[in-house]
Amino acid sequence: MELLTLLALVLDSTLRLSAPLILAALAGLFSERSGIIDIGLEGKMLGAAFAAATAATFTGSPWAGLAAGIGASVLLALVHGYACITHRGNQVVSGLALNILVSGVTAVLGIAWFAQGGRTPQLPGEARFLPLEWPGAAPLRDVPGVGTLYSELLSGHNLMVYLAFLAVPTVAWVLYRTRFGLRLRAAGENPQSVETAGISIIALRYRALLCTGVACGMAGTYLSLAQSASFINDMTAGKGYIALAALIFGKWRPYPAMLACLLFGFLDATAIRLQGVDLPGVGEVPVQFVQALPYVLTVVLLAGFIGRAIPPKALGVPYVKER
Amino acid sequence: MSIVATGPAAGLPRWAVLGLLPALNLLAAFAISGLIVLLIGENPWEAVRMLVWGAFGFQEAIGYTLFYATNFIFTGLAVAVAFHCGLFNIGGEGQAYIGGLGMALVCLYLDFLPFALIVPAAVVGAALFGAAWAFVPAWLQAYRGSHIVITTIMFNFIAAAVMAYLLVNVMSRPGSMEPESRDFALHARLPLMHEALGAMGIDIAASPLNLSFLWALLCCAVVWVFMWHTRAGYRLRTAGASPPAALYGGISPPRQIIVAMVVSGALAGCMSLNELMGVQHRLVLEFTAGYGFAGIAVALMGRGHPVGIVLASLLFGALYQGGAELSFEIPGITRDMVVVIQGLVILFAGALEFMFVPAVRAVLLRSSGG
Amino acid sequence: MSSSEKRRNTTPTAGAPAVELLRINKWFGAVHANRDVSLSVAPGTIHGIVGENGAGKSTLMSILYGFHRADRGEIRIAGRPVAIRGSEDAIAAGIGMVHQHFMLVDTFTVVENVILGAEGGRLLAPGTHRARGELAELASEYALEVPPDALVGDLPVGLQQRVEILKALYRGAEILVLDEPTGTLAPQEADHLFRILRRLKGQGKTIVLITHKLREIMAVTDRISVMRQGRMVAHRDTATTTVAEIAELMVGRRVLSQVEKEAVKPGRDLLSVENLRVRDDRGLSSVRNVSFSVRAGEIVGIAGVAGNGQSELMEALAGLRPVVGGRILVAGKPVGAGGRLRRRLGLAHVPEDRRRMGLVMPFQARESAILGHHDDPRYRRAALFDWAAVSRDTAGKMDAFDVRPADPRRITAAFSGGNQQKLVLAREIERDPLVLLVGQPTRGVDIGAIEFIHRRLVAMRDAGRAVLLISAELDEIMGLSDRILVMFGGTIAGEFPAGRATERELGLLMAGAAGRERSAP
Repeated sequence: MELLTLLALVLDSTLRLSAPLILAALAGLFSERSGIIDIGLEGKMLGAAFAAATAATFTGSPWAGLAAGIGASVLLALVHGYACITHRGNQVVSGLALNILVSGVTAVLGIAWFAQGGRTPQLPGEARFLPLEWPGAAPLRDVPGVGTLYSELLSGHNLMVYLAFLAVPTVAWVLYRTRFGLRLRAAGENPQSVETAGISIIALRYRALLCTGVACGMAGTYLSLAQSASFINDMTAGKGYIALAALIFGKWRPYPAMLACLLFGFLDATAIRLQGVDLPGVGEVPVQFVQALPYVLTVVLLAGFIGRAIPPKALGVPYVKER
Repeated sequence: MSIVATGPAAGLPRWAVLGLLPALNLLAAFAISGLIVLLIGENPWEAVRMLVWGAFGFQEAIGYTLFYATNFIFTGLAVAVAFHCGLFNIGGEGQAYIGGLGMALVCLYLDFLPFALIVPAAVVGAALFGAAWAFVPAWLQAYRGSHIVITTIMFNFIAAAVMAYLLVNVMSRPGSMEPESRDFALHARLPLMHEALGAMGIDIAASPLNLSFLWALLCCAVVWVFMWHTRAGYRLRTAGASPPAALYGGISPPRQIIVAMVVSGALAGCMSLNELMGVQHRLVLEFTAGYGFAGIAVALMGRGHPVGIVLASLLFGALYQGGAELSFEIPGITRDMVVVIQGLVILFAGALEFMFVPAVRAVLLRSSGG
Repeated sequence: MSSSEKRRNTTPTAGAPAVELLRINKWFGAVHANRDVSLSVAPGTIHGIVGENGAGKSTLMSILYGFHRADRGEIRIAGRPVAIRGSEDAIAAGIGMVHQHFMLVDTFTVVENVILGAEGGRLLAPGTHRARGELAELASEYALEVPPDALVGDLPVGLQQRVEILKALYRGAEILVLDEPTGTLAPQEADHLFRILRRLKGQGKTIVLITHKLREIMAVTDRISVMRQGRMVAHRDTATTTVAEIAELMVGRRVLSQVEKEAVKPGRDLLSVENLRVRDDRGLSSVRNVSFSVRAGEIVGIAGVAGNGQSELMEALAGLRPVVGGRILVAGKPVGAGGRLRRRLGLAHVPEDRRRMGLVMPFQARESAILGHHDDPRYRRAALFDWAAVSRDTAGKMDAFDVRPADPRRITAAFSGGNQQKLVLAREIERDPLVLLVGQPTRGVDIGAIEFIHRRLVAMRDAGRAVLLISAELDEIMGLSDRILVMFGGTIAGEFPAGRATERELGLLMAGAAGRERSAP
């Protein structure tokens, strides 16, 4: 295979594999920047993937699926909020509980409703988000260089991929250019400063979790309606945790988090390509090594050996108004 | 993480904190599980009846229940020991997995040893590898301030990758494509309980329950002694309850973090004895099957005390075994229902632990006032 | 002043006080923090509120700013009764607060901090633009220059405080409350602050200044109100009062049962401190070249206003805080780095903060009662604790120190403050140490227990031991000590033999009002 084409193919799948990570990482960003740890991205994604596939199965509309996915994820985010904000419960325990709960509930309901061992029925094309062909992509495909780039990389992704990449500047804009973003960032750093400015921390954090729910719902919907054509048991397979790692790797900022997602997506894409390939001078790179790299890199970053990931100061601390 | 009820529950009588609140939380978890059973069109009461019968209704069932409980005891103890030092060890899954590697290395490559030596060697291998896998996040937390929740999550995934690599590329059975090791030698296996008892003339039904169950109970006793009767346990609990008080008392909190996590990892590693050395007799992919995470539910339910952990492990063991029977009898309800219950127990007994405190307080006040 | 006019929603009634508090009462559980407190602040003046720690000043201001709600009483702003349920009501009423611990986001720029909560719309750009203009205006008007795009966390404390003031002014505050504003400022910074405050007054703002530093209150205020033990005890015009009068009003004359003390001839030095230097948590020098000694059969009291280095001194002596320079000797032997060798040499420590440090709240009393001595072989049989022996030992200590209920297995947190403190004292004193360091021995302790604790401390001294006492209670220091050292600004500002010091003299030294040359004869 020509090197450029190979590269284009790897980058193409990098984009597709990164898209759900980006959405989930942005989801986590809202929660964590407001001061609430979210290790429940995995569960929210999985729940959304199931709800989306189910709704799309019954209605035949990907939009109904997206709405259901977002709805499920928002509901889970609100439960997290009820435990962590209202009852000041342990944020890690709550997130973990939701992850386990969702992995069980989706399996139970899936088997009961569809009787296909936990899968939802294969969705027809019109019930999914299909690749969008950009104008002129087909004729340009054979033009080397620019043509390949245009037709393989830019064109031919489904709507959700474009949405994911559009979400990054949007979130950055919300975070740094709007009143809500300013207050959100302040809530995660020094909640007292927000409360003394006359703003309710509780309401603010619930709103942040709503945003988390929406973005995570999109990420989950992507998995079952765009990447695949059905829901499969535990189909998130750790993507929620990878997104969390990317969020930390990106130091809780939208663009760096996106770059981390792209890096992790690229690693994933190459891992698939590298299987059984002898690299000159290196030999065969074990695919597991590449798969573990995101986690290893995150640990190294957390250890402060390469830069320092400083979390929002109030992250994980339940807010008590009375001092 | 509060195992001892302070904070919101302060002032409530002991029986309410240790008995009533956990019971209410458990009840809430089961009530919602019941709703889900209703949602899929089955009868919750029938399901409960079937579940209890499946877990305790016949000898073999009890054996299975205890077999599953053994896994929960190990991972539950692991989580509890870390809790007592104020640490959240989410890495039980990875520590158990790597512990299995240590144990398998002994069983596969030291099998020239006789049975009497290979069993303790396997225990040491499991504990040592599990401890080593917990040591790194512990050290990073103690001396570099890296959040142990995140690092242990990452280490779970790294463990999965390491084990997948080893099982596919290094340790796989010669001539086989299956990601599993060759079988352990016959003398490198733990005797099953019915065999052991049979040899002593006591007849019980065959089940995977094996001698590691006794080791689990012994671990409970050891943890109890360690935690509440040794200076090391005292130091660990002091550092967990109040780092400034520990410093005042000449105890180094970072060192206690290391001790707690190493003990925790060693206990998690021992889970592999039951699953692999007891039953599977070879190293297989993903044998931990979520027991590491379930340990959190067990430790929360058992409020960090070995007796509570045994009781909670019995409960979860019964759910696993009863759930399996249940899915035979009522195909609509699968074993995943148990995962649902687990998640709900962690939610209600953990994150929403104090949800019922205001209600309980109000009722107690009214009854004592009137 | 553009935004202030816009935001004002209370038109002043002619001649009415800017702030009026009428018979404010506030309880925290059983503690009556404010008792019938009334206060009237004239518009366009600087009004000082002074009092010792715990006198109720901060509670009063928290009520004014909506952090706490008064259980009884009324607040009037510009003559009109207002209900202040939260910070937003206070802001709307034209009150701005500069907190002792700044309410700033370190990772934000100055402008972002200023507009937080007053962004003026969903988008930040217009508000930011307006804020820049207004900040420049305020800067020139009140000498409040701050670089608008600097990160607040990078600014020195003095500038951070200006950001807090700017925040309040930007919200249109007509009444500015400053809580211990000079606590963390260098003298030049404090002087600059006073210039700012005078200018604000010149522009018609009303300023309420809470402090326990007499020098500054005399220098900058028009009128002074004194609080003591939750009550407002006096109001004075600054022009017609003296530092001495205010100091006396502040300290008061509490009648405490005098502890009987035999005259004891002090023996050899049991604790010697030579040129000790220690830094605080922020890395600032907080104990500066301090030297003193405590002899056998002597109680030495260290008086001082909180934050003048006493706590850091105590922690350094106990081995809980690294020593930057100097030496510590117990009975002539230098101590090592940690606390363990010190315990062996006979140094015992009753920490100031018993809840956080002295005891382990979720532990049983007997577990707390061996903290620091858990390695003692008497508590063990072979490798394991002998809990029966520990219980007996604890029961004995509880008996000796009248800890109630005398149940070694009761959870530590379930004891009252006084009984908790007696448990700590029992643990440290019953081992008969050579030197006892005691921090705030009677803080949060009921009257009956206070007397008991005092008698035990004197008994130690009578037995020929050395006691070093740190307390915020001046009468406790005066009643117990054979010698009194006054700490101010990290140094020993004065030394008095017992009976030669008057409250006024001590108060002046503690407040930094007198020169440092005044030391003991």
